[in-house]
Amino acid sequence: MKPFEYQAPTSITEAIALLADKGKKARPLAGGTDLLVQLRHGLFAPDLLIDIKKISEFSRITFDPAAGLTVGAAVTCAQLCEHPDARRLYPGLIDAASIIGGSAIQGRATLGGNLCNAAPSADSVPAMIVLNATCAIAGPEGSRTVPADAFCTAPGKTVLGRDELLVSIHFPPPTPNSGACYRRFTPRLEMDIAVAGAGVWVALSDDYGITDARIALSAVAPTPLFVEPAGAVLIGQAPTEAAFAEAAELARQAASPIEDVRGTEAQRRHLVGVLVKRALRGAVSRAKGGESHD
Amino acid sequence: MSAKRHATQPFHVVGTRPPRYDGADKVTGRALYGPDISLPGLLHGKVLRSPHAHARILSIDTSRAEALPGVYGVVTAQDLPETEDQTARDHVLASDKALYVGHSIAAVAASTLHIAEQAAQIIEVEYEVLPAVVDVMEAIKDSAPLLHETMKTRSLAGESQTPSNIASHLQHVKGDPAKGFAEAADDGVIVEREFRTAMAHQGYIEPHAATAEWSTDGHLTVYTTTQGTFSIRGHLAELLNLRLSQVRVVPTEVGGAFGGKNDGYIDVATALLARKTGQPVKIVMTRAEVFLATGPAPGAFIRVKMGATHDGRITAAQAELYYEAGAYPGAFVGAAANVIFGPYDIPHGQIDGYDVVVNKPKTATYRAPCAPPVCFAAEQVIDELAEKIGLDPLEFRIRNCAKEGTRQVNGSAHTDIGCYEVLKAARGHPHYSAPLEGPHRGRGVAQTYWGNWGAQSSCTVSVNADGTVSLITGSVDLSGTRTSLAMQAAEVLGLTLEQVKPSVGDTDSVGYADTSAGSRTTVATGIAVARAAQDVIAQMSARAALLWDVPADTVAFHQGAFTAGQDADKRFSFAELAARLSETGGPVTGVGNVDVREWGASFGTHIVDVEVDPETGQVTILRYTAVQDVGKAIHPGHVEGQMVGGVVQGIGLALYEGYVYDQEGQLLNPTLLDYKLPTALDAPPVETVIVEVPYPKHPFGARGVGETPIVPPPAAIANAIYRAVGVRMDQIPMTPARILKKMGVI
Amino acid sequence: MTSKTVVSATINGERVEFLCEPHQSLLECLRDILGLTGTKEGCNDGNCGACSVLLDGRLVNSCLVLGVEVEGRTVTTVEGLADWRGLHPIQQAFIEEDALQCGFCTPGILIATKALLDREPDPSEERIRTWLAGNLCRCTGYEVIVRAVRSAAARLAQPGEEVAR
Repeated sequence: MKPFEYQAPTSITEAIALLADKGKKARPLAGGTDLLVQLRHGLFAPDLLIDIKKISEFSRITFDPAAGLTVGAAVTCAQLCEHPDARRLYPGLIDAASIIGGSAIQGRATLGGNLCNAAPSADSVPAMIVLNATCAIAGPEGSRTVPADAFCTAPGKTVLGRDELLVSIHFPPPTPNSGACYRRFTPRLEMDIAVAGAGVWVALSDDYGITDARIALSAVAPTPLFVEPAGAVLIGQAPTEAAFAEAAELARQAASPIEDVRGTEAQRRHLVGVLVKRALRGAVSRAKGGESHD
Repeated sequence: MSAKRHATQPFHVVGTRPPRYDGADKVTGRALYGPDISLPGLLHGKVLRSPHAHARILSIDTSRAEALPGVYGVVTAQDLPETEDQTARDHVLASDKALYVGHSIAAVAASTLHIAEQAAQIIEVEYEVLPAVVDVMEAIKDSAPLLHETMKTRSLAGESQTPSNIASHLQHVKGDPAKGFAEAADDGVIVEREFRTAMAHQGYIEPHAATAEWSTDGHLTVYTTTQGTFSIRGHLAELLNLRLSQVRVVPTEVGGAFGGKNDGYIDVATALLARKTGQPVKIVMTRAEVFLATGPAPGAFIRVKMGATHDGRITAAQAELYYEAGAYPGAFVGAAANVIFGPYDIPHGQIDGYDVVVNKPKTATYRAPCAPPVCFAAEQVIDELAEKIGLDPLEFRIRNCAKEGTRQVNGSAHTDIGCYEVLKAARGHPHYSAPLEGPHRGRGVAQTYWGNWGAQSSCTVSVNADGTVSLITGSVDLSGTRTSLAMQAAEVLGLTLEQVKPSVGDTDSVGYADTSAGSRTTVATGIAVARAAQDVIAQMSARAALLWDVPADTVAFHQGAFTAGQDADKRFSFAELAARLSETGGPVTGVGNVDVREWGASFGTHIVDVEVDPETGQVTILRYTAVQDVGKAIHPGHVEGQMVGGVVQGIGLALYEGYVYDQEGQLLNPTLLDYKLPTALDAPPVETVIVEVPYPKHPFGARGVGETPIVPPPAAIANAIYRAVGVRMDQIPMTPARILKKMGVI
Repeated sequence: MTSKTVVSATINGERVEFLCEPHQSLLECLRDILGLTGTKEGCNDGNCGACSVLLDGRLVNSCLVLGVEVEGRTVTTVEGLADWRGLHPIQQAFIEEDALQCGFCTPGILIATKALLDREPDPSEERIRTWLAGNLCRCTGYEVIVRAVRSAAARLAQPGEEVAR
């Protein structure tokens, strides 16, 4: 591993200036649970690591019933999973955040890092996508916002420019009678990378018809994948197993899984169907007032 | 000393559950393991490893590495002296060929590990890449690339005509298999199946680590994490052309071994670097290196055919076992041949075993080496026979079970075994008759035995003036044997455990011990301990005789006291007499040297309930019971620990673990993320049932226990999966994808 | 070679200063610079938990933390569990329940157990197994470890243990 320098700026401006310095190849460091492993394998060889954890905006979680939930890029999974409003009102997000790694990984891994690492199997991203999350980005030219479903562009690649930083991820306030759920499959019950995963969000009418639905998948495409038609087919339907099966089939068709040491193509495609249905059952149950993470 | 005599007396230490000696140091972080050793002036070593699975090494240029600031020395095979065993030399540092990805090519010592890593990367090696063979059934073909161009197949018939990747072929025949199968064909059932099992790793959490330093007069000291200090001493002496007395091997605490730390992988390179640089050198393997370049357990291809009559009598059994030796010959195919049909009385049988080299790391022992695959195979065939005949699985096994004197297919007769006893205990256990309701749930059983091992050990017991004793053996303590050995000494000497201080000596301070493997330590070193304790008693009896002025043979030792006849005045407690030793002739040191040629086999029967998720193929273990004959549990808590630990490793083999290679021989999962050891959440609670059929040739009746429990889980779980979802799994690990495929879901 | 940084941190209750290069992990700093070899390396990539430490009371894998990141912070390792009163109740429980064999995973498991019991004084077996899933043990099969954690929880709940451990 090539040695690097380390800086821990305390403001966004300082951090961006370090990133923009063309003389040095720099990478931001949040939890380090992906980056340090990648550096040791020689995937990247930066001259400088910029530790973003001392920038106050990056470490904040704020919730406002009117505005929604804002999670700083350096907020750890453990912190998010302990936040009472997040647990109560965004259980679908907590489903995902609470299964990244194990308890020690959770103590360092960040939602922002999970997003910026842009692995196809990133567990938190399908939850972000179906919850209509937006990503606040800062750079030398100013700030911009990108929807979560457009953030990852290829395995390991994002829309971030060379000198831009993800500042925070924003989740709109929960709509009434809505629920989200993330389900994934791994061979071991913890510590594994998803073989396949499905995030689902549904909104129900007063008589429990589906008025809106969003479905996104992990580990079965080059990036976490928003499958618009799979959600769309549910709108106007009652939340029956038959409706779920329709959505599952569309999701299966949209997936383009690969064969690797973690799973076969056939297995992954099959699991998409299973997990979409299971996530739908969970989301509908929550929309009706079922269990969250309290 | 016979177990029958002792069985009538209650033991005062043996059979209890005292805390372990090493507990305090291990819970405080004080215990020193291989990677924890540090010496003044220490340099850090790094090994350069082959990126190719099969290649001729044309040249190695170390000049750029040697010139890097901070580098103190570089070694290659050129630095090894000429010795006889070319294979052993090539294994530690390759000379003309690299035979697997990860094969050691060179080693560097530098002031920091970081510099050593950089230097290793700039050693220039010219390779001629050759086609690799990584599948055992591909390797046996005439068209396969040969790893060793002159190696021929050795068998009882001599050597093969032409070179082959098959290093050896063993064959056992009993009776007339054709006749036996004909009988089953006429009036019974025959089942024939093929199975495949994956290469697997022992999965010890502590990597290999060695620290070497030389004195200026040519004496080598190596601190190393190993099961066998004397084995490593012999290995170093042989490859470095030294007298045994020039080498001192000091064992550190060992962070898990399970058979994977019998051999030295980096000790020679470390020693060579230390000699070249004149400074102590330490090498610690990374996790990837542990997977790539140590000694995993071989995968296998196994064909089993068995026949039985309609009334449930096995008539014949046949097996072909093809094991991957890895880059050099030496898979324990013989052990597999012993275990496969071992629990049964087979009138006619044949076993053919093949040790086959492939471009993978040289395999080594892993807890009951080569046994889990054959048990996975044979116990499923047995299960299928029972089902077709219409007999309860345990009943079928009981009807055919091995008894005293039953001759196995390999020719040896079982003696003093508890085969029937464990089957009976399993059948009578509440788990076996508990209702199991619900879809996709099933119960499976499997039976096995492991032969265990005796071999050589030496023990010294020294008596202190206050009546305490120190006990030294050369048997490395992997999991609690320093405590179980001390318990045996305390038992014989009539002392409390607190009065016995055990330690594991280095190779200069105690007599020879064979490696702590084969479940031998509590048993065989225990016999050495008992003998040393008896020696102490004999010597102290002579001192008592001196003090009482009576003939030595009138002194008796019973329940911790020396007496002579009925005279109440003639009585010394152990401590009282110990205080008088210096005035009666000086120190008393008892010695026990053994070469144990007979040891008790340990039979085990496991019962498991599983639930299979029919949509994902995930297997949940609902309940697990392990029954085992341990002879006599010296420390029941330690025995239970061996059983639970072995079962969870077996579950790993069954459901999660296996090396995955691509066609070029690259290992695709050399990490603890993708080589999946069971976590605390995956491991089920395990109920253990200790059966004690004392082994008469051990002073307390003990049998080796550690290896048997890893063997049945893959078979028992496969049998349970069959009953849960109706499919027979023919490969381990039985991953969710494989289960779904068998079920026709994908 | 990059230039070394002075890092000041509180380790096991003591103010400590050490020099390290930015690429050196906290694990490396603890073991090789500070001589605290109780924390172990099993994989160096966050998959085994042998390197578990508490960072400001939070359970982390020290192989995935840089030494420079602990500036001004508090680290607890296995060496910091016992104090003037003797062994920590968790350590005592592990000895009494014989919840170890080779002991290599034990320091990490003790630290992980402390992190759990500090937050959840009465965890169920399922919760314990989930929490400890990141700490691999190859010897015990976990059964005795779960028992020891339950026993430690009971000990810590006793009057007299209120003084923060």
